[in-house]
Amino acid sequence: MATTYEPIATTTLASTAATYTFSSIPATYTDLVMVATLSSSGTTYSGIRFNGDTASNYSLTDIYGTGTGAVSSRQANITGGGSGDTSGTGTVLIYQINNYSNTTTYKTTISRNGSPSTNAVASACLWRSTAAINSVTIYTGTADSWAVGSTFTLYGIKAA
Amino acid sequence: MANTFVQIGSTVTVGSGGAATIDFTSIPSTYTDLLVKLSTRTNGTGGNLRFTLAGITSGVYSEKALYGAGSGSAASFSNTSQAFAATVYTDNTNHTASTFASSELYIPNYAGSTNKSFSTDSVVESNAVGVLAVMGAGLMANTSAVSSISIFPISPDNFVQYTTASLYGIKNS
Repeated sequence: MATTYEPIATTTLASTAATYTFSSIPATYTDLVMVATLSSSGTTYSGIRFNGDTASNYSLTDIYGTGTGAVSSRQANITGGGSGDTSGTGTVLIYQINNYSNTTTYKTTISRNGSPSTNAVASACLWRSTAAINSVTIYTGTADSWAVGSTFTLYGIKAA
Repeated sequence: MANTFVQIGSTVTVGSGGAATIDFTSIPSTYTDLLVKLSTRTNGTGGNLRFTLAGITSGVYSEKALYGAGSGSAASFSNTSQAFAATVYTDNTNHTASTFASSELYIPNYAGSTNKSFSTDSVVESNAVGVLAVMGAGLMANTSAVSSISIFPISPDNFVQYTTASLYGIKNS
């Protein structure tokens, strides 16, 4: 059987960090999946950027449940795509980045994240660039960081 | 390169007599994450399924979930200190015959020494009212490696024939 779901890179934080970047991502896959397990003592959210772009080229729409209510929000022309609140412990964050290496369309992501201490979130993000994605940066909110032991893994999926 | 997304064991298919529980046991610790894919229907009216990890049935499960029922606003619920997790939903006798809910349960770092978190997604669609889309986030506040997973309906319901469950292991290297 051909291998169609391959790990590209993985890390476990040995010290606290506010960003993590997967760089030099090969263009040989069809889609990417990023899986992270995060813990934070702050009130952080997690965002995503591509190819080091920090300009206002991102937008997102999300919906999240707090345990007592459900809310949807939208942000346009922001400096990073988001996945919503990832504060607390035991957050599972999964990004699907489809058709990441094409050079003709803007790039979209679907993400799911949640922690029993905060909320459950689904988010859609757009990066208005036709560049092939060769790096993915996950970052936290201002003045916050992820705890030691947080993990990040990037997988590549081949259509054939 | 070795396959890194592989099925563990065989798909469980419930027979004509139904089943009170679906158990995956003796799960090897050689993967990084686990993924369970479910196609479920029960013979009762309970809306959600329950699951436990590593045979732990004490009050260590907490969760939040977001759901939409096809009309009105989305809503949310949370539970703490439960003896099981309950964010996976199922079709049942309230739904159109032969409809089965689709669900996924993702457990990262299942063999590690930290508390175990999980993410769930369920869709209960039946071309009628009573449908749901549910996204859950949960934690088992116990550091045991997940060597088994038990999934079961609310008693006295049972899984009906043709319910299926498959377990996959995902490696990060």
